[in-house]
Amino acid sequence: MWTYILKRLLHGLFSIIGASLLIFVITRLTGDPVAMLLPPEATEEMVRQMRATLGLDRPIWEQYLIFASHALQGDLGMSYRWEMPALTLLLDRLPATIQLASAGLLFSISVAVPLGVLSAVYRGSWIDRVGKTLAMAGQAMPNFWVGLILILVFSVSLGWLPAYGSGSFRHLILPAIALGSYPVAAQTRIVRSSMLDVLDSDYIKMGRILGASESVLVWKYAFRNAAVPLITVLGVYFAAMLGGTFVVEVIFAWPGVGRTVVEAVFARDFPVVQAGVLFTSVVFVTVNLLVDLSYGVIDPRARVNV
Amino acid sequence: MSSVETATISAPRARLNLSAIMRLPFIPIFILSVLVICAIFGNQLAPHNPTALNLGMALKPPGWVEGGSWAYPLGTDNLGRDILSRIIAGARISVIVAIYAIIVSGGIGAIFGMMAGYFGRTVDTVIMRIVDIQMSVPALALALVLATLLRPSLSTVLIVIAITYWSWYARIVRAEVISLKQRDYVALARIAGVSTPVIFIRHLLPNIMNTLLVLATLQVGQVIIFEASLSFLGLGIQNPDVSWGLMLADARSYITVAWWAITMPGIAIMLTCLAANLFGDWMRDTFDPKRRQL
Amino acid sequence: MLANNRQQTSQPLLEVNDLQTHLVLGRGTLKAVDGVSFSLNRGQTLGIVGESGSGKTLTSMSIIRLLPKPSGRIVGGSIKFDGIDIVSLPEKEIAKNWRGNRISMVLQDPLTSLNPVYSIADQLGQPFRYHYKDMSRREIRDASIEMLRKVRIPAPEKRLASYPHQFSGGMRQRAVIAMAIAAKPELLIADEPTSALDVTIQIQIMDLFRKLQEETGVSIIMITHDMGVAAQLCDRVAVMYAGRIVEIGDARDIFKRPAHPYTQGLLQSIPKIGQRQKRLYAIPGQPPSLFNPPKGCRFADRCPHRMPKCDVYPPTVELESGHSAACWLLESKA
Repeated sequence: MWTYILKRLLHGLFSIIGASLLIFVITRLTGDPVAMLLPPEATEEMVRQMRATLGLDRPIWEQYLIFASHALQGDLGMSYRWEMPALTLLLDRLPATIQLASAGLLFSISVAVPLGVLSAVYRGSWIDRVGKTLAMAGQAMPNFWVGLILILVFSVSLGWLPAYGSGSFRHLILPAIALGSYPVAAQTRIVRSSMLDVLDSDYIKMGRILGASESVLVWKYAFRNAAVPLITVLGVYFAAMLGGTFVVEVIFAWPGVGRTVVEAVFARDFPVVQAGVLFTSVVFVTVNLLVDLSYGVIDPRARVNV
Repeated sequence: MSSVETATISAPRARLNLSAIMRLPFIPIFILSVLVICAIFGNQLAPHNPTALNLGMALKPPGWVEGGSWAYPLGTDNLGRDILSRIIAGARISVIVAIYAIIVSGGIGAIFGMMAGYFGRTVDTVIMRIVDIQMSVPALALALVLATLLRPSLSTVLIVIAITYWSWYARIVRAEVISLKQRDYVALARIAGVSTPVIFIRHLLPNIMNTLLVLATLQVGQVIIFEASLSFLGLGIQNPDVSWGLMLADARSYITVAWWAITMPGIAIMLTCLAANLFGDWMRDTFDPKRRQL
Repeated sequence: MLANNRQQTSQPLLEVNDLQTHLVLGRGTLKAVDGVSFSLNRGQTLGIVGESGSGKTLTSMSIIRLLPKPSGRIVGGSIKFDGIDIVSLPEKEIAKNWRGNRISMVLQDPLTSLNPVYSIADQLGQPFRYHYKDMSRREIRDASIEMLRKVRIPAPEKRLASYPHQFSGGMRQRAVIAMAIAAKPELLIADEPTSALDVTIQIQIMDLFRKLQEETGVSIIMITHDMGVAAQLCDRVAVMYAGRIVEIGDARDIFKRPAHPYTQGLLQSIPKIGQRQKRLYAIPGQPPSLFNPPKGCRFADRCPHRMPKCDVYPPTVELESGHSAACWLLESKA
């Protein structure tokens, strides 16, 4: 178990280093980093100082080490729009984004799991067909459009929920649905197919032989087995959620990392963009790591085999 | 050498038979055909110039709504541009993005996937680590970096698609090739000293073609949505070029007065993606009867 | 082996009469069990022997009412358990009051019969939780340990927290048997319970069945394709072929004086120790399709004694007390 955790940790660390390298290379390849990292009105002196800080006269791998060591110390540059360290700014906005992404994932799971289970238990019935149709539609709609339609219906026409902003649970509902509607289809499909396999298995038959009621069989015994494949890909979906927050936060004026970074793009506030992407990657890798580890808790076989 | 040639023939391939043709998904094929026709003959088909401003006709509702006119069947936007004509014009970008994604990411992914699966060891490790890294940076985040560094445009969108989507192909192709490598005809070809490029093109590629096609169709919806999202954020296609995502961005400020300007381009995206996904599902069921997780 | 008659009362525990079970499939209706009758006394073991596809598994699945959904259905006949016809009982009633505590079953493959993500303790607790609702957690734990001891799993207290993958194949099958008999069923069906195990383990498990029967007096239906297993363990043996019982009788009689050519063929195909055979005997040919079974004797096409008469289904002839077979060869003995 401990070697497994260690292995996963190293793997995660490697991915983060790789992601930072990727961003570093792209930045260096596409232009003058000094021009990007300083406000347009920067003085000659500031430019010279920045060149020295970045070590631009040194070989490229040394430049990366400088970049990485700064990043490790939490120095991802200053936002010249907000006049504060980029990292502080993002950490400030992170809770709102995590909240939104979790709510989105929660929404998608709480639709996909019952839908997938019921579709499997009543395969071929109307509920199976309704589930399939709903899921297909969700997968074909971009989340920003879902957001706009939700605003159109629930805010503009019906006036039930706020169209933008944050602060209360009511503010969270529409963005979470907009964010969570896309992966419903894929998740339903995963739950349904693994549930079908499990319901066909001998251990479920054994439960029936012992006199278990259908609800105990489905929701206790079959469900945990069927959940394993979903949990293994949950990290991927959380990443999709994080990617989606960029757009959804803009639509709903949600004060999170995504909107901050998108606004920084337009303000050409590059330190924030760079930090934001690095940051997103770190969060993503961490989440994947946690998912991998929790998988071991749910499926005892994973604890020894890996 | 000739024994290797005959061995190639025995390589299994799925074929379409008559009953499979009868089960073709006609509606998705119809929608996708309309899309392609719009992309090619858009200029001839559109009732109006999709980019011509006509402030006098701004924010007209669709023809069937009171106050609307059948001259603008789906209504007009805030600048008086005909929404139907703009949807027809926007099809072109969607088709370009989809075809480009299939060729470039599919191509890169197939090559790297084949290399990783065939050579194994260090090559495999390096490529799969790159895939891991690639997958730890969300595509949209990468697009944001590039959009800041370069100017937002169609080419930024295309670059991001090229960098991002290949890893998905690479993973699945790799798995496929690893299992192919065990088969006799590939092993025979290696022993017979057939050169590696020839093995790739003659022995591996034909066998992963079905998988590639299925992956490609399943990906079309995703890239179309990706392009729309970037354009919606203002990081993709720029005016006066026409894109469905951009139309939605323009319409966003008028959400309280012009529901049609928000609804119609979205429906176009939805129908296209639905058709592509349904077609992809059909491809998977037909060419991948083992129903692996593609 | 036949000494287990102490609980025998006048009424048999199980009486199956003219049971007909069909599988309604897309290609047509498979008449998998086509008029099967037998009875089983308390404390006895009945072996149902036949090759795969003979309907032996579906016969047992009909008794415990776990036919494959939605294709399987009982279309005729009766299954009387302790005098009650359970064919007409609703599914809910069967699940609640019959399965597990009156009729139970052990499946073929011990590797797949246990849920990999739940501990042995949780799974072994199932029958207690389903049938003895007032048992406390402690009591269930103690009872579970007692069950593991009963199936001869060493150090049961330590084993309870294990997961199935930590058990060997033989131990898993023992655990499954413990689950199956925990709620004290009167009838235990075992569907080829050892065919997935090594030969040495097979013998141990068979031995376990015998000991458990002595201790608990449970009646057993042992489904097998292996005449040797039937010989070891069963009081009575029914030989099934293509959806019907072709011969039934006391194990001794069946093995000493097999009457039906199919039974004779099966017995010939057992390799005999100390007797070097040139090649193992196998009955030539294939059983008939049960989508459209022949009107006459179903074994006729493979039978070395085929006669013109065989185009009509032969009557069942009683040869000696409790031993009967359906074959025209026996007509004269009637």
